Order: sequence, then C-alpha cells, then structure tokens
Amino acid sequence: MSAGGTTRPSAVHISALTKVYGEGDAAVHALRGVDLDVPHGDYVAIMGSSGSGKSTMMNIVGCLDVPTTGGYRLDGIDIGSLDEAQLSIVRNRKIGFVFQSFNLLPRTSAFENVELPLVYGGVRGAERRRRAMAALELVGLADRVDHLPNQLSGGQQQRVAVARALVNAPSLILADEPTGNLDTHSSYEVMGLFDRLNAVGRTIVVITHEEDIAEHAKRFIRLVDGRIVEDRRLSPVDGRPPKLGAAEVSRYPRGVAGSVAGG
Amino acid sequence: MRVREVFRFALRGLRANKLRSGLTTLGILIGVGAVILLIAVGQGSGAAVQARIDSLGSNLLLVTHQSAAVGRAASTRGGTQSSTANLTPAIAQELATSNQDPDVSVVAPVASTSVTATYDGASTTISQVVGSYPAYLPISNDSIAQGSSFTSDDVNHAHKVVVIGQTVVTDLFGSINPIGQTIQMNNVPYTVVGVLASKGGGSTFNDPDDVAIAPLSTVQDSLTGFGSLSEIAVQATSADTTTAAQSEVTALLLDYLGETTSTEQFTVTNESSLLSTAQSTTQTFTVLLAAVAAISLLVGGIGVTNIMLVTVTERTREIGIRKALGAPKGAILGQFLIEAVFLSVIGGALGVLVGVVGSRFTIDGIKPVLVPSSIALAFGVSAVIGLLFGSLPANRAAGLHPIEALRHE
Repeated sequence: MSAGGTTRPSAVHISALTKVYGEGDAAVHALRGVDLDVPHGDYVAIMGSSGSGKSTMMNIVGCLDVPTTGGYRLDGIDIGSLDEAQLSIVRNRKIGFVFQSFNLLPRTSAFENVELPLVYGGVRGAERRRRAMAALELVGLADRVDHLPNQLSGGQQQRVAVARALVNAPSLILADEPTGNLDTHSSYEVMGLFDRLNAVGRTIVVITHEEDIAEHAKRFIRLVDGRIVEDRRLSPVDGRPPKLGAAEVSRYPRGVAGSVAGG
Repeated sequence: MRVREVFRFALRGLRANKLRSGLTTLGILIGVGAVILLIAVGQGSGAAVQARIDSLGSNLLLVTHQSAAVGRAASTRGGTQSSTANLTPAIAQELATSNQDPDVSVVAPVASTSVTATYDGASTTISQVVGSYPAYLPISNDSIAQGSSFTSDDVNHAHKVVVIGQTVVTDLFGSINPIGQTIQMNNVPYTVVGVLASKGGGSTFNDPDDVAIAPLSTVQDSLTGFGSLSEIAVQATSADTTTAAQSEVTALLLDYLGETTSTEQFTVTNESSLLSTAQSTTQTFTVLLAAVAAISLLVGGIGVTNIMLVTVTERTREIGIRKALGAPKGAILGQFLIEAVFLSVIGGALGVLVGVVGSRFTIDGIKPVLVPSSIALAFGVSAVIGLLFGSLPANRAAGLHPIEALRHE
C-alpha cells in the first residue's frame, strides 16, 4: 500500500485499526478495523455522523490516544512503540492541531499562542519570533499579533489556531470540525487557507460533517459505525486542491457545489 | 532555555488570579511572620531573665527561712513573723568571721519591707525597702550613680539616711535633685544621700530600680521591728565557688544553730540557679509559641495545595491544549510547581519582612530579640512547603490525559 511510488513513507499509514472502549457487555467498538494510507501532499476530508468513530480516529491519528489493536505509522514512525515522552515530541514536531473550538490559550496574545509549539520544541529567541511572525503573516494576521483571543473574531481566532498548527512545519495538519463554530464567510476564509497550505505541499486531514467543506479536499472518506464505507479521490495527490481560488467567489456554496456523489 | 518559558507561563498563571494568589500568599505570610515574631518574643523574654541574672550577680547566695519566698520578692512579708529561730545579725556576723567558709567573701544581713513614701505631696509605693550594711550594695550588684552610700557609722547610729533607685527618683522627685532631700517612708523621715545606678531590664518580673536601701538598724528601728531578718545575703568569692560556698554556709548554720538536717529551718538558695529555672521555663514557652506558629505555617501550606488544586481543575482545558501542542510532562509539572513555590516564597519573603518589622516593637513589655536562624528556617520551610504542597496538584496536572483534558469544559 505504499503511495505515490516515492521512497518517502506515507504521512499516515493505518492498518487494521480497532478501538474498543470499556469491557465485556459494556464494550463500545468505536473503530472496527480501519485501513488508511495518506501520502504526503494529500488533502483528506473524513465525514461521518456522530458515533461513526471519526473523533476516535482523529485522536489516534493525532497521537492523543492509542489504538486497541492495529498498527499506525506516522511519517514512517511506529507510534505504537513510543512512550509518553516520545509521543509528546511527535505531537510537537509532526502534527498540527486545529480544533472546532479554536482552543487558544486565554489571556495570551495571538503571537504567544502561535509561539507555543516552538517553545515546547525548544526553538529559541530570534528564530522563534521569526517563525511565529511568518506563520501569522501567512494567515493574514500580522497586524493582530498582540491581540488577545477575546479581542479577535471567531474566524480570526481560528486563523491564529491554523498559524499555530503550521508553525512547526508538521508532517500533518489535523483539523477537527475547523468550521463548526464559524459563520459561512469565516468558514471559507479558513478553508481557503487550508487550500493554499495544501497547494504548497502540506498534508491536511479535515474532519467535518458539512459536505461543502469536504469538497475542498482531494479525497473523500466516509466512516460509518467504525468502518470506512467510502474512499473516493476527487483530484490527484500531486494536483491543485479542487477549490483553490474558488472560495472567495463562491457566494452560494451549497447551491453551486451540487451533490458530492455527482462530483 | 525552556525553563525560562515555563517560568513565564507560571507567572502569567499567577497574575491571572491576583486576588486569589494574594490571599494564598497571605496564609504563608502569616505563618512565616508568626514563626519569626513569636520566636523573637520568646527569645526576648529569655533575654530579660538573663538580664536579671546578670544584674543580681551570679555568685549571690541567700539564707532565708525555709518557709519564706525567695529573694527580694519576699520583701512584702514583715520581719515579725513567729519562728523558733530567728535570722539575726549575729548569724551574719558568725558567717562573716568564721574561717570555715573560705569561699565566702562578703556577708550582709537584710531586713526588707515595702513602704509608702511621700515627698512634697508626691507619693509612691516602694516595693523593696532593704535594711542592711553598706556591703549589701556590691553583693546585689548595685552601684551609686549620684551622691554616696550610707556608711557603717550610719548603721551603728541608726541614722535615717537612704539610698534610692531610679524608679523612686522618677516617681517622687521628677526632675528635682533628690540628694539632701527628706522623704517620708511610712511617715518616718529619711534623708536621701545617694541614688543607685539603674539596672533596667526585668520589667516583666519586678522593677529592680523600685528600691530603697537604708542602714539595717534604722530600718529595724523604724519600719520592720527587731524580729527575724528577711534574709542574709552572702557573696561567694567567684561564680565558680558558689556551690562550695553554699554547702559551707549550710554546714556553718547547722553547726551554729545546733540543728540536724531534718529540722533545718533555713535554706541557702542560689538566686541565679532559680532564675535559670525561670529561663528554662521561658524556653519551653518559646518552643510552645514556635509550635503554634509552625501549625499556622502548615495551614498556610495546605492553603497553597487547595488553591493549586482549584487552579489545575480550572485550567484543565489549558493543560489539554498544551499537551496537544507537545508539552512534555515535565513542562506542565514544572509550570504548576513553580506557581506553588512562587506563592509560598513570596509569602515567605513578605512574612520575613512582617516578622522583622514587628519585632522592632515592644510586645507586652517584652522587647523581642530576632533570631537570624529562625528567619532562615521560616523562609526555607516556606519554600519547601511550596514544593511539597505544590507537588500533588502539579502531578495531577501533569498526569492528565490530553483527550479528557481537552474535552473538559
């Protein structure tokens, strides 16, 4: 299942992954054997209703949780063999999280929030400031560096979160319902940001339940009851994200986009 | 490197809740301040006792009736109590002239009482009026600051002259020069010939300056009567020979009076050893005070734990975010531990300040004496308390599962 025929290992390689919560009669099978391979540069949308196991999958892929059985290799690293200290290093270097509820630290400026992964990564002084500023410029918030989260709009907060996710140049950006708390305009701002990031080579996995958001991705995966029931490629891994540049002009996204099945 | 950043996070956490941080600090402040101040008070009262010992002279022995209270404090009792054998000047004479007590240097018989003294409308109670020989002054470590002492001639002729202490001067004369003035002691006129140098100190026991010393014959004649003496003051040749002198005097007394040990009517006491007992009492007192203070410091420490637990619960989500961003366990642990230590160290530093400032005031007649080691101890303990009592909440924070922490509302 090696992707793209390159020597570089896949960003995410999951095989026969299961996750069971509880034991005996009370056991809940959140994942029932998932195989997934995400090559570098891919842009994946994972959809599913609540209880489909997508949050569990997100947690395992994000190294926040460990699977019950099955293997997971992130960028070629066997995650199952790592201890807690090594896991925190992987989270710091290899993964950038974007959450539905932004999860910026309160009473902490935008700049300092973006700086945080670099602090824990041991990046110092001028280099840290330069990279944090570059990330904020990339998301278009260079003029808001000293603003506190409660002085920013939802869309701005989520862009700060995106800047924080990409500041360490991770192998994978993992977004859990990134537009769930945003209005339509802010949603397309954030998704446009992901499109541009993917266009320059970032690997992105977005979990969502909005189909028009999923249309931004190059690949569409649907989870039902802990299994992948649909895995469809919308555009090639090496190509441009399908909606790049369209976000700004698409005023009526649901109507224009049509059905996913028809895409 | 990262330590500095963790420090910064910790300080930000403290600043976010200024009132709460302040109140927690206050708990430690009170504990540390109490330890320093109370130990200083205990030490101060110990020092006061030591001053009394020094002012008495460490080689003073007193021969008294066995039933009697000890020392000058016994002066309130009259000289006329009934007893089968009286302390008489003759006994004092025997002690002074015998060659069987080589360790005794000076002997002075003492008749003491208290009187009401008046001068030109002013009136005061002199709690210690001592009738004795001129030799009494060096024995009791008294010296003449102004005028002169009475003489043996005054004793022989029962001249009504008196030497008074500083407190009596202040009470009766104010700024008038007392030398040559006549005061009435229980309506008997005495001429003031000298003023004693102030001894100071010991104000918690009795005022050593509230004293008048007059010839023995005069006092017996006009105030106490010719019954038993209050005591015979004996000075040993040096502090080292006090014990030897004590047994020599005891033996001589038994010999002179023809009494057996079982019917011994007089006791020979070493005044400074009694005060040493008093000093060990104040040491117990100091330990008790310190224990109470230590408990308040402990309570302050529990306050730190409590607040840090609340803080960790409150900031569970923040901890989850930090962990998701790759914060290692040590960084989270360090952040909360530094917060706790900072609270207690700031409290400790302010407590030292309060303790040091507080000990500059006289408290209940005691001048506190700062003990430098108590400052170091209290401050050190407060820092250790931060570490110890902060480690439970900090461990809890560091051990949180990132997913559960992130889900926490």
